Amino acid sequence: MLSPWLLWLAPLGFLVVFYFYPLSSILQISFGRGDAGWMAALWETVSSASTGRVLGFTVWQAVLSTLLTLAVGLPAAYLFARYQFPGKALLQALTTIPFVMPTLVVAAAFNTLLGPRGWLNLALMQLFSLESPPIALSNSLAGILLAHIFYNTTIVLRMVGDFWSHIDPRLTQAAQVLGANRWRVFWQVTMPLLLPAILAASLLVFIFDFSSFGVILLLGGPRFATLEVEIYTQTVNLFNLPTAASLAAIQLACTLGLTIAYTQLSGRVSRPLSLRPKTYTQERLANWRSKLFAGGMLLLLLTLFILPLLSLALRSVTNLDSSRLDTQPAQQGITLDFYRELSVNRRQSMFYAPPTSAIGLSLGYAGVTVLLSLLLGLPAAWSLARSATNPMNRLMDPLLMLPLGTSAVTLGLGFIVALDQPPLDLRNSWALIPLAHTLVAFPFVVRNLTPALRSIRPQIRQAAATLGASPGKVLRTIDLPLVGRSLLVAAVFAFTISLGEFGATAMIAHPEYPTVPVAIYRFISQPGAMNYGQALALSTIMMLITSLGILLIEHLRVAEVGEF
Amino acid sequence: MLQIIDIHKSFGSTSALQGISFEVLPAEIVALLGPSGCGKSTLLGIIAGLYPPDQGEIIWDGKSLTGIPPHQRGFGLMFQDYALFPHMNVRRNIAFGLQVLEQSPAEVERRVIETLELVGLPGFEKRDVNTLSGGEQQRVALARSLAPHPRLLMLDEPLGSLDRSLRERLVVDLKRILRETQQTAIYVTHDQEEAFVLADRVVVMRSGKVEQIGTPQDIYCSPASPFVARFLDMSNLIPGEIVMENGQALLISTLGRLPISHPARGAVSVLIRPDAARLDGSGDVQLAGMLLDHSFRGSSQRIRMQVGDATLSFEFPTSTLLPAPGANLTLSLDPEQGLLVFPVS
Repeated sequence: MLSPWLLWLAPLGFLVVFYFYPLSSILQISFGRGDAGWMAALWETVSSASTGRVLGFTVWQAVLSTLLTLAVGLPAAYLFARYQFPGKALLQALTTIPFVMPTLVVAAAFNTLLGPRGWLNLALMQLFSLESPPIALSNSLAGILLAHIFYNTTIVLRMVGDFWSHIDPRLTQAAQVLGANRWRVFWQVTMPLLLPAILAASLLVFIFDFSSFGVILLLGGPRFATLEVEIYTQTVNLFNLPTAASLAAIQLACTLGLTIAYTQLSGRVSRPLSLRPKTYTQERLANWRSKLFAGGMLLLLLTLFILPLLSLALRSVTNLDSSRLDTQPAQQGITLDFYRELSVNRRQSMFYAPPTSAIGLSLGYAGVTVLLSLLLGLPAAWSLARSATNPMNRLMDPLLMLPLGTSAVTLGLGFIVALDQPPLDLRNSWALIPLAHTLVAFPFVVRNLTPALRSIRPQIRQAAATLGASPGKVLRTIDLPLVGRSLLVAAVFAFTISLGEFGATAMIAHPEYPTVPVAIYRFISQPGAMNYGQALALSTIMMLITSLGILLIEHLRVAEVGEF
Repeated sequence: MLQIIDIHKSFGSTSALQGISFEVLPAEIVALLGPSGCGKSTLLGIIAGLYPPDQGEIIWDGKSLTGIPPHQRGFGLMFQDYALFPHMNVRRNIAFGLQVLEQSPAEVERRVIETLELVGLPGFEKRDVNTLSGGEQQRVALARSLAPHPRLLMLDEPLGSLDRSLRERLVVDLKRILRETQQTAIYVTHDQEEAFVLADRVVVMRSGKVEQIGTPQDIYCSPASPFVARFLDMSNLIPGEIVMENGQALLISTLGRLPISHPARGAVSVLIRPDAARLDGSGDVQLAGMLLDHSFRGSSQRIRMQVGDATLSFEFPTSTLLPAPGANLTLSLDPEQGLLVFPVS
């Protein structure tokens, strides 16, 4: 038997070097002694009016986004929890897409739908012969909110819906028979039972909205800055590391506090209250009212999840005006020009890297991330699965979740301030990016692997052994088949996370070695139809790869209840 | 008075109920007895109004309940695993149905205490339902169903998930409580002993149909079909034939040729009651065979015996001295009490 200490050695070492050390550097800068004394940087940042404004907006948009997400997600959760209908499995798989879809791709997708030259505006301009786009959703709060709803409805759907679908329907039947009408049953029985799940989901949605980066950077424009965007701006554009570090310290305090609250709450959600298998709790759409509700809800979800992505794909093969293309006259209408252009270096720029090489680079980074996070995640998951009461496991379990509760930009900033000087100077190393990605991906890997490993009860192995299986055969015929799928799911998860990661990468990527999301951002922030088109082409490629990964995950996932 | 008239219900292609009809009189306890999957619980759901029947009607005091939602029927339903609200304590669980009736808080409190006393759990008001034992949960669920004075109480296998000794104790308690409160009740179970102890009348169900209705004595003494007999653990069924010879009906079977007064003719199924055999040779029918084995069952012992090509079981008091397995044995029985004949359709 390997001791938990030994198993945790590598994961803990990794966290110490690449999480705690960078974060402590950030705190050192913001709390440390400046020209104006101790904690000068932090004090100056906290007391400035602009910080208050940024923090206020960050909270405000997160609250609004969370409420709107609940408004869409709760009825959808009810539909999924209580009804059985054709195409449900497919729709369920589709709703996972937003969860792993890179933020930049989503932002770009909403831009093609609702932006100044998006489909909706183009159609309205055509229809009413308008000179300028009637809907100004880009650089507006509405655009941000929409993208956040797109992202996080899945979380409500999964967490609340799963919980809901396992609640014994006889509880509501018992209330009905005792004389309670539908309204009373809902408020006195269903709602109180669901409340912990709803609170936990809301908190998680709020955390994601609070630390949202790509969406706000792209759809918010210069008018709207959240803490996350402000840290990025202060670091990359203004090179003001003390302010950035102080903002990051504030961000860290907020997200960690919220994450701890979330962990507490989600622990309560898992309290068993006579949960039932799903097949028992679900009914068909029998009457016209339920059919109408289901129809409306499905239409809304499909519009929300599919329309932006379709719009993106369509726009990436459509050229609207030939005049503004940079060089050669290109054909109008359906075209593959944007894809062809991806491998051409037109500007002869020194920092320029052809986007196709960005794709290769991203795939390479993702491969390394998968390898690293499996290497670190497996021993951690194994130790956690073996004993929940071991003191080392009890200490490490919450520690493991810390990187998830830390914003990506803060992680990136930590790498910048800590890993560019001795003892650990990785400034010019390619390894910086996969290391950052691993930090984000490996808690997911552990979360996915632990339940699978735990499901192999020792009795199963003992049974195989008493039936005459050698230890090697036990591993081959019992452990691997049981864990293999989860291992694959974890790997695909790590892969897609690395592929889409933008916040940390934007901070630390070298200009000449951009990943795909960084390249998309560059294209989109430059003027011209060709740049825009190439951004969309790259986004579409990313979308396809990510969707494939998600479908694979959905196909392989064994456990019914998804963990985030 | 509750009338159940020709209820049909199917789920998809499987038919759960096929024309169920019976009545429940005021203050009567009717047991629905049948193997699991025979449609008992579905029928309760339909009476409660949780799902509509495909065909047929539920009538209470002459008025049809069709279209009346469950919360307006004034019935009580106690679920198999109780469905106690896990987010409420014992008091709030019991008070739920009273608050719906908009009774005054004092009245609610009085009734909660009263029903808790009735079910034998005084002082349990503030307990968390999740920490109660199975038997306590069962009593709380009963109290919750009884508190609003339902016109009809339905109990769906209320003792199903408890162990045997607890079950035997609670069934007596349950009967006392239902009698004391003059409660009209339908009791669903697959356990014949429970049904016999509790019920005034028993409705035996088999795959969505009523097989027999009668008092426990009726059903035990004259099961209406081989199915009912087998369900009551009487498994000595042998094939036979009734023929007329010289104006006298004769039953021809492994047991020999017996004069019989049954109206059926042709092929029949003959049930030999396991408790009717005697060792003293005083009956008219003699059964000779080899004793196969004994099994000890506490207050009784059971033997299996090979008679011709049939294996038959018989029960004797534990005090009866029996020969060892392998010995030849002759039993006798009185055909009037010991034999039941079912025509083969």
